[in-house]
Amino acid sequence: MIKKAFTKEHFVKWVLIAFALSSLLFLFLIFIFILAEGLPLFHKIGLKNIIFGFKWAPTKGSFGIFPMIVSSFLVTFGALVIGAPLGLSCAIYLSEYSGKKLKLFLKPALELLAGIPSVVYGFLGVIYIVPLVRNYFGGPGFSILATSVILGVMILPTVISISFDSLMSVPKTYREGSFAMGATKWQTIYKVIIPAARSGILASFILGMGRAIGETMAVIMVAGNALKIPTSVLDPLRTLTSNIALELAYATGDHRLGLFSTGVVLLVIIMALNYIANFAIKRRVLK
Amino acid sequence: MRINPRFIDKIVKIGLNAQAFFTVGILVTIVAIIFFKGSPYLNMEFIFSSPEDMGRHGGIFSTIVGTVFLVLLSIFVATPLGVGTAIFLTEYTKESWFTKTIRFGVESLAGIPSILYGLFGFIFFVIKLRMGWSLMAGVLTITIMILPTIIRTSEEAIKAVPRNLRIVSYSLSATKWETVTKVVLPSAGPGILTGIMLSVGRAVGETAAVIFTMGSSLRLPTSLMDSGRTMAVHFYILAREGISMEKAYATALVLVLSILCINIIAYYIMNRVTSKYS
Amino acid sequence: MDIKIRIEELRLSFGKAEILKGINIDVYKNRITGFMGPAGSGKSTLISIVNRMIDFEENAEITGKVSIDGEDILGGKIDDVQLRRRVGTVFAVPIPLPRSIYDNIAYGPRLKNRNERRELRPLIVESLKKAYLWDEVKDRLGSSALKLSGGQQQRLCLARTLALEPEIILLDEPCSGLDPISTAKIEEALNELKKDYTIILVSNNTKQIARITDYAAFFYMGTLIEYSPTEKLFTNPSERKTEDYIQGKFG
Repeated sequence: MIKKAFTKEHFVKWVLIAFALSSLLFLFLIFIFILAEGLPLFHKIGLKNIIFGFKWAPTKGSFGIFPMIVSSFLVTFGALVIGAPLGLSCAIYLSEYSGKKLKLFLKPALELLAGIPSVVYGFLGVIYIVPLVRNYFGGPGFSILATSVILGVMILPTVISISFDSLMSVPKTYREGSFAMGATKWQTIYKVIIPAARSGILASFILGMGRAIGETMAVIMVAGNALKIPTSVLDPLRTLTSNIALELAYATGDHRLGLFSTGVVLLVIIMALNYIANFAIKRRVLK
Repeated sequence: MRINPRFIDKIVKIGLNAQAFFTVGILVTIVAIIFFKGSPYLNMEFIFSSPEDMGRHGGIFSTIVGTVFLVLLSIFVATPLGVGTAIFLTEYTKESWFTKTIRFGVESLAGIPSILYGLFGFIFFVIKLRMGWSLMAGVLTITIMILPTIIRTSEEAIKAVPRNLRIVSYSLSATKWETVTKVVLPSAGPGILTGIMLSVGRAVGETAAVIFTMGSSLRLPTSLMDSGRTMAVHFYILAREGISMEKAYATALVLVLSILCINIIAYYIMNRVTSKYS
Repeated sequence: MDIKIRIEELRLSFGKAEILKGINIDVYKNRITGFMGPAGSGKSTLISIVNRMIDFEENAEITGKVSIDGEDILGGKIDDVQLRRRVGTVFAVPIPLPRSIYDNIAYGPRLKNRNERRELRPLIVESLKKAYLWDEVKDRLGSSALKLSGGQQQRLCLARTLALEPEIILLDEPCSGLDPISTAKIEEALNELKKDYTIILVSNNTKQIARITDYAAFFYMGTLIEYSPTEKLFTNPSERKTEDYIQGKFG
């Protein structure tokens, strides 16, 4: 409406625009770079050869990462098998069975669990879980089983907190209505509350998957380092993340590009998972 | 035969109780193991002397310094950038392609695993920009890593400030920037600080993104171009190479205690200022 | 009698909706002028133009002229921030800032760089006295403003506005939701204040308008229906609509 003289206000606005642009730059720099470095190899070697190739021997020109894709998914599903039911049960317990005091105490506890660095989980996994698997189940101990256990524990905070939020946002009236019709607590939870919260719960599982599939340090320590597709839960494996972490320091030339291509695949998978999770949540909001 | 629903109810309650108990048990076990195995080796000497002989002897002082430098500098860069962006998005523009693009970037970056930051940081900062393994490369990488969190939590906190307060400020002849600095930011402060503390916690425990950018030199970093080791990286190397179990446990203890303190501080900030407004 | 505010052919629309349809009115200096009318008549929008708070709404199209002491405030020569030091506003819902009573009142003056304690404190005391709040809070200026009752908070808002030493005070339904005693205190304060300030009181409460205003303007659906000294408007209204409104036949 009015033209003002150049003032402090104008100066501030332009500084903030500069900050916003810088943020934009930083945010997209990493995407652009990974894609820029990772895509050429797909072009050179061929998408099929990389994604469905069985042999990873980059110094000899072989860039097949299929076993690692399979391994990544296997441990992720394993993590879900362990973490999802346990996490959901805890979330249900927290939201439906516990009083205010307990909620107040458990929230920081969850945050602490989430804050423990992954290397610590990996360390404890190597010291305790791997020998356990080796002694009671056989195999080298470094296995899908061990990795799934560790990852399952690591995704608990994610699953619990998001499912908890989802359960808590189911309106009180749903519960009251169900009780008024003579249902027991569990019947109410099972037939009314969980269905109402189901997209949030689903989202928590998917986000948990995202976390598990991106985990590196803990996985390196307990998964072993086998380049073949694992055939039993006691077999060692190498995931996409381990691949990058183990070889990054000394890779050169095409080998290095191969690691970027691994990165691109990982990026795509995780963004797909994030997208699905957001989609699942949006459905809940629209309802 | 129909099982009595009340009976099922009781079984379920016990089952859920048990699982919750079990989960808490896991946490307690983890913390207990680290505490009991680590505290015998945790003393003043451990904290204040640097690692010797690849970490077999000595303490973790240089790694503590490395961690502090890395985290503080990253926060120093990311906070103005992130909070400034959040202020811009909420107070100075309306929704447009620009704001949507920034939000898209923030959401997308949220799930990127740390190894990809390590990959990016290594090739881009360490090699292509020739910084070598250095504090600078580490700081830049960690800054990018925590930027989305800071932007997101700051935006939420700023949006939560009631519109009324802004109206009152304007009606009392304040300019937009005066309103932001005197009314909006003070009210949004706790939320913003929580986001910062969250990022600090994450950065302290971060390994994959740090080891490939800041490196793992045992020397005390004295300049931005020096390489250095953070506690998390040191812990990883101790554990992986099997150098010293005792030192590893002690380092883990320091790590967990640091994160515990950070969480407590964040909690305290949130509570203290919320009570001021009631 | 001097004219403080002159409004000429003022129109405002949001897109296709015409909120103000050509308002012409003179507001006199050192008087309390009441703007009354049912909800949606445009009275709140009108005062948001006088204090230029309308600037914060996008999509508002305004034509016409609003002059304060002869100077057009819509023309482009007057800075809106400066204007709001001359035109203070009290809103319908009391909105204390989350800080102490002292800091609330000091907020405005501090923006003007009246930072010195020597200058600031007497100003704050004076403002609180004029708002009829001083006696109740003089012992606890440092305590949080949020702890005051609704009526006290509203008087705080009045004191806050007074601390800026404005020429004009706009009040938009200031007593809605307040108990009769608080309402009486505010009305008493306004009666004293009109000696030094030009006051516009927007209200849907015809009885309040009748009680304390000197001039009354009746608005309906964006048009000024009638404007005259209060006593005349209420005892012998010229327009049928005015009469119906006063008698409560609609509202």
